[in-house]
Amino acid sequence: MRQPRPVSRRTFLAVSAAAGGLLVSLYLDRPLRAQQVPAQNPKVYPPDAFIHITPDGKIVIQVNRLEFGQGVQTALPMLLADEMDADWSQVVAELAPANDIYRDPVRGIQMVGGSGSIATSFQQYRELGARTRAMLVAAAADRWKVAPDQCRTEASVVRGPAGQSARYAELAADAARIPVPATVQLKQPADFRLVGKSVRRLDSRAKCDGTQKFGLDLDLPGMQVALVAHPPVFGARPHTVDALAARGISGVVDVFEIPTVSGGTAVAVVADKFWTAKQARDQLKIDWDLSTVERADSAQLWATYKQLARTPGNVAVTRGDARAIEGFAAGDRLVAEYEFPFLAHSPMEPLNTTVRFDGDRAEAWAGSQFQTIDQAAVAQVLGLTPEQVTFHTEMAGGGFGRRAVTDSHIQREAAEIAKRGRGTPVKLIWTREDDIQGGYYRPMFLHRVEVGVGRDGLPAAWRHVIVGQSLLAGTPFAVMIKNGVDETAVEGVSDTHYAIPSFHLTVHHPKVNVPVLWWRSVGNTHTAFVMETLIDELAARASIDPIAYRRRLLQPDAKKLRAALDLMEEKSAPWRRRLPRNHAVGIACHESFGTAVACAVDVSIESKRPRIHRATVAIDAGLVVNPLTIESQCQGGLAFGVSQLMANGAITLKDGRVEQRNFDAYTPPYIVDAPVAVDVHIVPSAEKPTGCGEPPTPVISPAVVNALTRLTGKRYRTLPLVTV
Amino acid sequence: MSRSRMAVGLGLLLLIVSVGAFATSAQQSPDRTASRRADGLAAWQQVHSVLIHPRCINCHTAVDYPQQGDARRRHFANVVRGPDGSGVPGLQCATCHQESNANSTGIPGSHNWHLAPLSMAWQDRNDQPLSSAAICRAITDRRKNHDMDGPALLKHNAEDKLVGWAWEPGRDIHGMPRTLPPLSRTEFAEATRHWVEAGMPCPKM
Amino acid sequence: MATYELTVNGQKRSVTADPGTPLLWVLRDDLKMTGTKYGCGIAACGACTVHVAGVATRSCVVPVSLIGDRPIVTIEAISQDPVGRAVQDAWVSQDVVQCGYCQSGQIMSAVALLQSNRKPTDKNIEESMGGNICRCGTYVRIREAIKLAALRLA
Repeated sequence: MRQPRPVSRRTFLAVSAAAGGLLVSLYLDRPLRAQQVPAQNPKVYPPDAFIHITPDGKIVIQVNRLEFGQGVQTALPMLLADEMDADWSQVVAELAPANDIYRDPVRGIQMVGGSGSIATSFQQYRELGARTRAMLVAAAADRWKVAPDQCRTEASVVRGPAGQSARYAELAADAARIPVPATVQLKQPADFRLVGKSVRRLDSRAKCDGTQKFGLDLDLPGMQVALVAHPPVFGARPHTVDALAARGISGVVDVFEIPTVSGGTAVAVVADKFWTAKQARDQLKIDWDLSTVERADSAQLWATYKQLARTPGNVAVTRGDARAIEGFAAGDRLVAEYEFPFLAHSPMEPLNTTVRFDGDRAEAWAGSQFQTIDQAAVAQVLGLTPEQVTFHTEMAGGGFGRRAVTDSHIQREAAEIAKRGRGTPVKLIWTREDDIQGGYYRPMFLHRVEVGVGRDGLPAAWRHVIVGQSLLAGTPFAVMIKNGVDETAVEGVSDTHYAIPSFHLTVHHPKVNVPVLWWRSVGNTHTAFVMETLIDELAARASIDPIAYRRRLLQPDAKKLRAALDLMEEKSAPWRRRLPRNHAVGIACHESFGTAVACAVDVSIESKRPRIHRATVAIDAGLVVNPLTIESQCQGGLAFGVSQLMANGAITLKDGRVEQRNFDAYTPPYIVDAPVAVDVHIVPSAEKPTGCGEPPTPVISPAVVNALTRLTGKRYRTLPLVTV
Repeated sequence: MSRSRMAVGLGLLLLIVSVGAFATSAQQSPDRTASRRADGLAAWQQVHSVLIHPRCINCHTAVDYPQQGDARRRHFANVVRGPDGSGVPGLQCATCHQESNANSTGIPGSHNWHLAPLSMAWQDRNDQPLSSAAICRAITDRRKNHDMDGPALLKHNAEDKLVGWAWEPGRDIHGMPRTLPPLSRTEFAEATRHWVEAGMPCPKM
Repeated sequence: MATYELTVNGQKRSVTADPGTPLLWVLRDDLKMTGTKYGCGIAACGACTVHVAGVATRSCVVPVSLIGDRPIVTIEAISQDPVGRAVQDAWVSQDVVQCGYCQSGQIMSAVALLQSNRKPTDKNIEESMGGNICRCGTYVRIREAIKLAALRLA
C-alpha cells in the first residue's frame, strides 16, 4: 500500500509529549496564539487543533462552530469519531475559541449559519478522524514492526495481526510524532458505526442538572456587570443624562456614554451585580434627542410599501413575457397582497458578552456565531490586533439568526465598556426588554402577486413584487447584492421549483431606520407562506387535491421536493383519511438551503386559535448524520415557525419606538401553541448532506393556514394571525 | 306655660312621632318601601361600581383564566384556574403571587391569592361584565355565594384581606401604580352596609 | 441592604442584598448558583423556576424579602428527589434538550407536576407546562419525557 505523503513539517503544530496528550491543543495548555494559516494544502486541517486524547483515554474534540441547540456539537464529533474508530463513550465535545483554523472550510471564516454545518464540515471532520486514525495505526505498526494495513481499529484500540493491542491513549504521544498524512482513506457508508444512527446528544445531562454554563452564567473574579440604556429610536443620542440617583445606589461603579453601531449614543451603567445595574439604569433620567434620526412607523411603512408594490422594482427573475399577465381576463386572474411584520428572534438566553481589557491584550467570552469577526471587532474597539484578543466560544441559549450579526454590536458595546475598567472583567447583559426592543428583526415585507390561471388550472403567468428592507445592505455581505436585488429577500420565490412558464419577480428595498437581520430560514419565512398558500388557493380553484396539484406543478427534476412530498403523503395517509369532524388538513412543501421539506398538519380551532394536533413531516436532506438531530430540528423548526402565527407575534413601531417590551406583548409559542405531535420521516439518501436547521420552519405557517382556510373559508394573507 | 305642662307636651309629641314612625315601618306603606328600595339601589350602584373595577372583576371570571391590567386582558403565560381556583401544579397562583405586593418586580400579592369560584363569576364567557342586575343576583344567591347572608357579605367587603388588596394594589411591571376602585374601602363598606340594611335590592333589569 | 438567612437545597445560606432583589439574582449573583436561569424577568417564561416550600416558584419576580424561612430547592439538587431524578433521566433518554437554556425551568415545572400527580393526562401536562417557553421547540419531546418519567415512577 502506498505510503501517505507527509504534509510539510511547517504546517505541523508544536507537540508537547510532556503534556501527555496526542498533541497540545492550541488553547488547553497555553494562551491562544494566532496560527498562520498553512499556505500549502489549505484543505488539510491539522488534527492537533481538533483532537486531544487525554492520558485516561478521553477524546476531546473541538467543534469549529457555535452550538446553540442545533446539535452540531454531537453531529460533527460523530463524523470524526466514526472515521477515527474512537470509543464514543469517551468523546467530549468542546466549542473551539476564535481562530482562523476553525474557519468554515467552504465559507472561509469561522461561522455557523445558513444550515450549513454538516454540508461544509462533513468532509473536513471525516478527514480529521481518518488522519488521526492513520497516525495512531502508524505508531502502533511502528511499535510492533508490522505493516499498517495489518492493523485493525475499534473503540479506541489498535489491534495487530498477532494479537497485539494498544489503546489510543497509550499511542497518542508516539502518534504525535508521525507526519500528518496528506491523503487519507474514508470509510464506506456501509462501515459507519455512528453516522446515520440515532445518537443522543453529548451535552444533554449537563443541560438537565444545572451544570451547563452559558455565556450569561460566566463568573470571574472581580467581575462587574453592565447594562446599557439604548436610545428609544435607533441611532439617537441623549440631550442630557441625569445619573445622580443612579450613581447614588450602593454597588454602582460608573455611568458613562458609549457610541452605538447605528451611529447613536447609549448610556452604560456598570455595577457589582445585575440587580444593582438594573435599578441604577431604571433611575437614569435621560432626555433623548430624536431630532436627527428617522422615526420608523409601522403604519406609515405599510402605506409606503403598498404604493411601492404597485410599481415594478429591481428585476430578480424574468422568464417569459413580463406582460403576459395582462392578457388574462379578470376572471382568470388572481391578485393577492400579503403583509408580514417585523419579527424578533428572542432566543431564550438574553444576549451577553464578557470582556476583560488588560492594556496590551484582552479576553472575551460570548456565544458567538462569527467568532473571528467578533474577535476583530473587540480588538478594533480596544486598539489591539485580533491576535491580542483571546476569544472564547460559550454555549449559547438559542440563536435563530440573532447572533449572526456582522456588526458585532454586542461585542463592541462590551469592549467600549471594558475599555474603561482596565483589568476588570465586565459582563454586558441585554435584558429581555433590550432584546425585544433592540432591533435586528426579520424585516417587514409586503408581497403583491398577480397570477394568470391557465385553462388547466395551473398558473401560466406570474407577476410578483416584493417590498422589504435588504439585510445585506450596509454589511460586508453587501457585495452579494446584484442588480439591486438582495437574494435573501426573494429566495423561495426566485428559486421556486414550480414550473411557471411566464414568471416575473421584482423587488424594492426601502431604506428604513430599523436594523434588520436573518430570522431562521430568512427569506423563506415569508416567501414560502406566499407560494404555499397561493398554490393551495389555485388548487382549490381548480378542484384538484393540494398534493396532486403540487405534483403536477413541480418541475420534473425537483427531485428532493417530489421525494419529500411522496413520503409525506404516504406517512400521513392513515390519519388524513380519518380526520375527526371540525378538523382539516393543511399541506405545504418548500425547498431551502438545499433541503426539501413537505408537511401535512391536522388542525382544528379551539378557543378561537388554531390547534395543531399533529404534523407529519418528510425531509430530504441528503445523507443524514444523526436522525435524532433531524427529528429534533424538524420538531423544533415547526414550533419556531408557529411564532409567525401567534396573536401577539408582531414587532410594531410607532413614531420610531418599538411598542413591545417583553413576552407579555411579543409572545412566542408555548406548548399549547406548538404541534402536539410531530412525526418525522427521512427520505433515504446517499447524496451529499444539506442542512436541517432552517428548512422545516417555512412550511408550518402556510400548512396551518391552508387548513384554517378549509375550516373557515377565509383567506389569511396578513401575519400574524390576530384573529382566526 | 308651666314647665310640667311643657314636659308632658314634649313627651306627647315624642310619643306621637315615634308611634307614627313605628306605624310607618310596621305597615311598609308603598311610599316608604319604594323609598327604601331606591336608597338600596343607589347603594347597590355604588357597590357595583367597585365590583366591576378591574382590581376586583379581573379575578371574578367565568372562564378558566384570570384577567390582568386595566385593559382586562387574559393573564399571560397561560395560567389557568385549576380545580380549586389556585392554579395547577407547576403553575399555581402562588408560583408568582406572594402574600404581599412585590413592587420591585411588579407582581401583586395578598393573602391566599386565588380566583373566585365560577359560581361567583361576574362576567360572561366572552370576558364581558354581566349586567348590574345579573351580578346583584349572583351575589345574593346563597347557593352561589358560599352561603353568605347580608351581614356576611358586609364582613367580606369590609374586612377580607384579599378583597382589601384592591385598595393597596402596588405597582405594575413598568413601575406604574395600579388604579384604584372609584370608592375608598370605607366608602365601599358603607355602601354595602346601606345596601344590606335596605334588604339587598337588585335592579330589575 | 438587609441580611437574609435562606435555606437552599438543605443548607443554610446567609446573603446580604437589597430587599427587593428577586430570589433569582440572589441565587445567581450572591450564591453563584447559575443553574436557575434568567429568561425574561417578568415570570412569562419559567426559566427561573425553583421550588419554595414545595411550590414551583418563579424566582425572577419574588423578592428575597418575601421568602422567609421557606426552604428553597433548585435544579442543582433536584436529582436528590426520586421524582427529580426520574424526570432528568427521562429528559436524557428522550434527548429532549436542544440549546438547553430553558430546561432547568422545564424540569422544575415537570417535577412539580409529577410530585403532585403521578398519572398526568395530556391535559394536565399541557396546563402545568403551559407557562414555560422553549424557543427551540422541544415541546413534543417534553410531553414524551414526562409520560416516560410517570411510567418509570409508577
